[in-house]
This record gives sequence, C-alpha cells and structure tokens, in this order.
Amino acid sequence: MGFDMSAIHLKDLNIFYGDTQVVHDVTLDVAPGESFALVGESGSGKSTILKAIMGLAPDWTGTIEVDGKPRSHGPDRAFSRQCQMVFQDPYGSLHPRKTIDATLAEPLLIHGLKNRDARVVELLGEVGLDARFRFRFPHQLSGGQRQRVAIARALALEPRFLLLDEPTSALDVSIQAEILNLLKRLRKERGLTYLMVTHNLPVVAFMCDRLAVMRHGRIEEIASAEALKTGALATPYARELYRLSNPEETAEEQP
Amino acid sequence: MSLLDIQNLTVTFPTPRGPVNVVDGVSLTLGTERLGIVGESGSGKSMTGRAILGLVRPPGVVKADRMEFEGQELQGLSDRAMRKIRGARISMVMQDPKFSLNPVMTVGRQIEEALRTHESLPRRALKARVAEMLEAVRIHDPERVMGLYPHEVSGGMGQRIMIAMMLIPRPRILIADEPTSALDVSVQGQVLDLIDELVRENGMGMMLVSHDLHLVGRYCDRVMVMNAGQVVETLDAKNLHAAQHPYTKGLLAAVPRMNETRAELPTLDRSQWAST
Repeated sequence: MGFDMSAIHLKDLNIFYGDTQVVHDVTLDVAPGESFALVGESGSGKSTILKAIMGLAPDWTGTIEVDGKPRSHGPDRAFSRQCQMVFQDPYGSLHPRKTIDATLAEPLLIHGLKNRDARVVELLGEVGLDARFRFRFPHQLSGGQRQRVAIARALALEPRFLLLDEPTSALDVSIQAEILNLLKRLRKERGLTYLMVTHNLPVVAFMCDRLAVMRHGRIEEIASAEALKTGALATPYARELYRLSNPEETAEEQP
Repeated sequence: MSLLDIQNLTVTFPTPRGPVNVVDGVSLTLGTERLGIVGESGSGKSMTGRAILGLVRPPGVVKADRMEFEGQELQGLSDRAMRKIRGARISMVMQDPKFSLNPVMTVGRQIEEALRTHESLPRRALKARVAEMLEAVRIHDPERVMGLYPHEVSGGMGQRIMIAMMLIPRPRILIADEPTSALDVSVQGQVLDLIDELVRENGMGMMLVSHDLHLVGRYCDRVMVMNAGQVVETLDAKNLHAAQHPYTKGLLAAVPRMNETRAELPTLDRSQWAST
C-alpha cells in the first residue's frame, strides 16, 4: 500500500518494556475509513501496539505514521485531536470522583474549545445516553453506560481515528451487542478509522474489514474478514484460533 | 436421590429504597449431572451459588423453604459444621486465579492446605496426593510447579491449580463460577474439558455459572436461564437453540457469529422484563 494512502502506517515496529522486547518487526497499513483488528492471545503484544501509537509505550524503534505524519515517542497535543483510544475496562477508565459532565468537558477544556456546554449534551446524545446522566458519577452507571461515556469522551475532540482496546470484553453479551452497534454506526456516520484489539473472532467478523493475527509479538498473518468468515486462513496458528473460537461448527463434525 | 435440593431460595439485600431480592424464589435440584446457570450481570446467578455455600455476607439475608445437600438441611448449620461441607463436600472455582490463589504461599503448600483441612494424612501421603492431583489437571512436572508462587504461573495454569485445589478433597459438587472468563480462548476450552472430564470420572454434580450461553450449552446437560433473580426457563442443553422464552432467544441472538452477515445485532428490549 502506498505511503500517502494509509491512515495508520507501521513499519518494522519494535516495542520494548525495559530489556524485554514485546513487539517484533510489525508492519501494517490501515486504510482511511477501514476497521482493522489485531487478534491474538494475552501477551501477544496487540495492546502494546495501540499504546505505542498513543505515546503510552515510548520505548520503540521503527516507524509509526498516522495520517501521513510521523509519530513522536510521547503524548502529543495535536495528535490527540486526531486519534483517541477507548480502553477495555469502563470501571477503571473513568475518574470515580468526576461527574460525567466533567469527564466529557475535560478534553474540550484542555484544547480550549468553545461551546463546551452544548457539546457535552450533544456527545451524550450521540452515544445514546439520556441527558439525565450528565451530572451523575461513574458508580451510578452500569458497565454498558460507562463504556458509552468512554466512547463519548474519545469522540469529544472529533478525532478521525479511534484505537479500541477490547471495548466490549468486560460487558455482557446483550450489552456488547449494543456497544458494537453503536461503534459501527459512529464509524459509518463520521467516516472513522478503527484499529481494534480483541480476542473475540466473531466480534471481528461483525465489526472489521481486515485482521492481523498476532503471536509472541509478531504478526502471523493478515487476512480479510471474508477469509475469517469462511475459515480460509493461511497459517496453522490462525486456523487453530478459528477452530477454538468456533466450536459449534467443529462440534457438528462429530457424530 | 439428588445431591442438592433447593426450594424457593431468596437472597435479600437492603437498599435505601427498601429490600431487594437479588435471588427471588429459585428452586432447583442437582443430581450427578452438569447444570448450567446463565444470565446477565445482576441476574442473581452467582448469588445462587454463593448462597448454597453459605458465602452471602451480611447485610445479605438468605432464606429458603428447603436447602438440602444429600438429605441434610444446610440452613441453620453452625459455622463449624458448614466448614466441613464447604470445600470438602461442595467446592467452588471462581473467576480469576490471580485473585483466588494466595500470592505468598507456594502452589504446593496451598493445595496441601486444602487437603489437610479436611483429612489428616501422613506427610508423604499428602505430598503424593498433591502430585497426583496436579497430574490429573495435566500439569506434567508437578514437582517443579509445587515450588512455584502464583505469580510465576500463567492464567491457564493458575486456573488448573485452582481446580486441583478444589477437587483434591474429593467433593460431591463443584460450583464453577465463570471459571474461564479471565482466560484466553485458546486456554478456555482446555480448562473446561478438564473440569468436564474430572466431574464425569468422579461422578460429581456440577453447577456451571456463566454469562455465555453457547459455552454453557456445550458443557452442560441442563441449562437454567436467570433474569432479575428469577428463573426464566430451564431446558435441556441440546434444545438450547429451540428456546421459547423471548429473553433466552434475545441473549442467543445478541452474540456475533463467525460467519456474521447481520448489519446490526439485535438487542434486548428491556422494557419487557425491566423491573429495576
């Protein structure tokens, strides 16, 4: 894929925690408007890649480019307007002593944006939360509602790229369905680009266009969602993950 | 005779707006079989398991018309008598091995402790039983693993150690509360297969508590679906896909499939059951 075509471009990316290298030579390109998944077991380095893009894992070598611009190693104010992250655990990612209003207004305040009052109301509406939640605290909300707040906060600066780290794995299946529908609708309405980490292959089939299967910090295979749906994966490890995630199909083969 | 016979179990917690029944009139019997209890967060599925073991703490109040284990009424037992049953006769595997293993005790010591609490055995026999149990949960070098601390083992191995600890006193009933939700897909199957095999071999009864309908359908004989503290329906696991109740159907439909073609996932219309 060409240099200027990709929204997120990673080349020969190596990421370190101290002396330990957790990501090895990762190269991938996410096209503008695409929804791309990183899948693999715990410890395969998938979340670390998101952290490095966000500037939360500063010890890396190689290239990270977002929207054609090289990424620095730390947090970057201009970059945060472009790209935001949604974390796995909505119980841990919202400040417990801040109201929803304060949580959503904070990024607007930091970036000196006007009309904060109206924006907060608008943001709540966009993620399907009633305005009466505005002055509540996180502990008064359910897990699904908190994840909606986290998504609203990520959208506050109107970024074009969202990094999603297991956005639904802490939620019940029925709530997961609501959040996945929401993410899908937002992407369509706003032309967002998603880079999403998950271990749940059916979620990838629902949400994503392509996926990279990771193992021990390396990319084993990059495949299309179509290949995933039909099980037409190339590497043995990816096929094994597919088999484990799809026991209904496998069970039918047994008498 | 069934192992467990529960009639009209209620667990109540006080709230500022008056008492709330988090388990509301649940009746069940468990024989030498695998019973799945499914529901969303807050449906009362975990509380049902905890109530059986007498693990509901005040201000929670447990009441039942009958709560019998092998013909013995569990309500009103002294703490001392209950300790003889808990662990030894009915044991429980919890969700996350990281939080349920003692971090400052080696794996061998804590499994040993589980056994010693309920049986007195000479030292050498004790060690042999621990090694044997670790092999039963497919840990191939028990000698080495016995000397490790919980932070030195992976999540999957931690859960296998938990299972070894729970099964070593040879209980009659195993209550597994989300035993694999903290584990990777690739390890989940292994752990559940293992529980399944041990439960069958030892002729035990199992209660598998989970929010994952498909998983429960695979590993259980019967499935009990709970919502807002009540049993919505109980069905044979093999008939799960023919579920009649709209709540069960809704839960099944909300799960994305591998060959997904739906543009949008159906969500539950909560107004139909909403009570809170």
